[in-house]
Amino acid sequence: MSTDSRATRATTARATARGARWTPRRVLSHVLLVLVTFLFLTPVLYAVATALKPAGETFANPPSLVGSSVRWQNFADVFDYLPFQRFIVNGLLVAVVGTLVVLAASSLGAYAFARLRWRGRDSLFLVFLATLMVPQEVLVVPMFILMQELGWVNSFQALVFPWAFTAFGTFLLRQFFRQIPHELQEAATLDGCSPLRTFRSVMLPIAKPALGVLAVFTFIAYWNSFLWPLIVVNDVHDLGTVPLGLSLFFGQNGNQWHLVMAASVISLVPTLLLLIALQKHLVKGIAATGLAGR
Amino acid sequence: MALSELTRTAKTAPPVKQQPAGGRGPRARERWYAYGFLSPGIIGLTVFTLFPVGMAVVMSLHDWPIFGERSFLGFDNFRHLLAEDPTFLVSVRNTFVFTALFLPLNVLLSLALAFWIANCRGRQVFRVLFFIPTITPMVVSAVIWKMLYQPDGVFDHYLGSWFGIDAPNFLADPDTAMFAVVAMSVWQGIGYNLIVFSAAIDALPTSVLEAAEIDGARGLVKFLRVQLPLMSPAVFFVTTMTMITSMQVFTQTYILTKGGPGDSTVTMVQNVYENGFISRDLGVAAAGAWLLFAVILLITAVQFVGQKRWVHYEH
Repeated sequence: MSTDSRATRATTARATARGARWTPRRVLSHVLLVLVTFLFLTPVLYAVATALKPAGETFANPPSLVGSSVRWQNFADVFDYLPFQRFIVNGLLVAVVGTLVVLAASSLGAYAFARLRWRGRDSLFLVFLATLMVPQEVLVVPMFILMQELGWVNSFQALVFPWAFTAFGTFLLRQFFRQIPHELQEAATLDGCSPLRTFRSVMLPIAKPALGVLAVFTFIAYWNSFLWPLIVVNDVHDLGTVPLGLSLFFGQNGNQWHLVMAASVISLVPTLLLLIALQKHLVKGIAATGLAGR
Repeated sequence: MALSELTRTAKTAPPVKQQPAGGRGPRARERWYAYGFLSPGIIGLTVFTLFPVGMAVVMSLHDWPIFGERSFLGFDNFRHLLAEDPTFLVSVRNTFVFTALFLPLNVLLSLALAFWIANCRGRQVFRVLFFIPTITPMVVSAVIWKMLYQPDGVFDHYLGSWFGIDAPNFLADPDTAMFAVVAMSVWQGIGYNLIVFSAAIDALPTSVLEAAEIDGARGLVKFLRVQLPLMSPAVFFVTTMTMITSMQVFTQTYILTKGGPGDSTVTMVQNVYENGFISRDLGVAAAGAWLLFAVILLITAVQFVGQKRWVHYEH
């Protein structure tokens, strides 16, 4: 399917949605959808509301969105209640470094698979693909032994590297590189560019949208990950990430709901910002990177 | 990624032209560049995936405590799980129950929602809003829902005051705990499938849809006979991927119920985690992980064989 026809289709579809007449049924459908969306987001809104209530009003009867006073102070108290700044810094560091490693390793590999000619390429690519089938649970147990052997248990690098080399990014970017016209690469070669130079100055700039989507989803996966930090981190005060720290403190002091909710709301911020940055490319990004099953 | 895509692209990749081995010149240079470009990925994949997979095989055949002597057991770890471990078979059953509830609910709701939103103004906004729980840390979502599920919490209160239902203590009642986990998981997971379906709807060929409308296809008939078959690759992708992820359910049950009450929500991954890192018996944990993988592989294989009957690819 060419980009042209896809674009026309999208415009036609949009035109139908926009141009349709506002029949009573259509108005009702919109009103209902807004209502359903609001209901759907109630848990998040209620979390924000609870984060702003004074202690002890979480289970007021009847439930209310606003407590007896609006306590912004809760968001500051969180940082006394648990070492939350530590968790945030750890989480951001792990996610940023992890994302950079993933982008570097998978874009380099993807280029070699997509555009360089060498023997054994297709068989090696199949090995890459085969590793995609192995679920994290199978890897988690021996990975812990590996961390023991490397002396990495309870370390920053243990949170970053074990999951930075999955074949997923390589596969995704390879698909993207393969769509780039050969002429561009040949022109660069004729101008005397080495493969490295072609990769850096021709391929990477064109691949920015795909790299962006990969970066966002990798960051979110690191920021949200729970099982592995739970296994490999012993000293939560020192190395805890946001989900790990939150869950442990939650287990110990479960009655401080207003503070737990304040912490939860804070930990939503980075992913929400990324979602807003990505929103225009959300559907296209998932479709274009081959994630939509075609 | 699309699994069908994986196999197809691997086959259709342009063949590598044969060349004399060990030659010099631009071809040899290109080859060395390729090795250089691939080395981080290959080293990483070998150390952090291929080697652990091999280790996982070895470990599953050994008595392998975190600290202390290791000894060869053969298939005893597997036998132990299937015959002796009090929670393993329960965890298998719970995981299947979770998947059997979560998968159809998630797929049907996200498909319906995708069509609804596609016919509305501002659909970009709705899609992004429904995506919020998907990018929210699972731990955070689970903690929020745990608050809603508490006695005197929001659900308890409104079930009582609006419908007059005396709600159970959702997470502490073995009859309702699994449903509570499923409801929270559907809320969390619907956004991703919604986006995948939305992309498929946006890509539906208008010419075919118009032709169908001229032929008199409307409403449900149009949906079942025209749109759904055209989208069947996306439906297949979504059901396969959702099945795989739901068999791996762990975080939400761990936060909401810790597997309880009793063992009514213990999942297979929690069983692996507890065998390995609470009981510190890594051999049994590795064996459990392989059994989980085997189950997932089996179901995926069945789905792949079954797809020939209902999935239509454009050729």
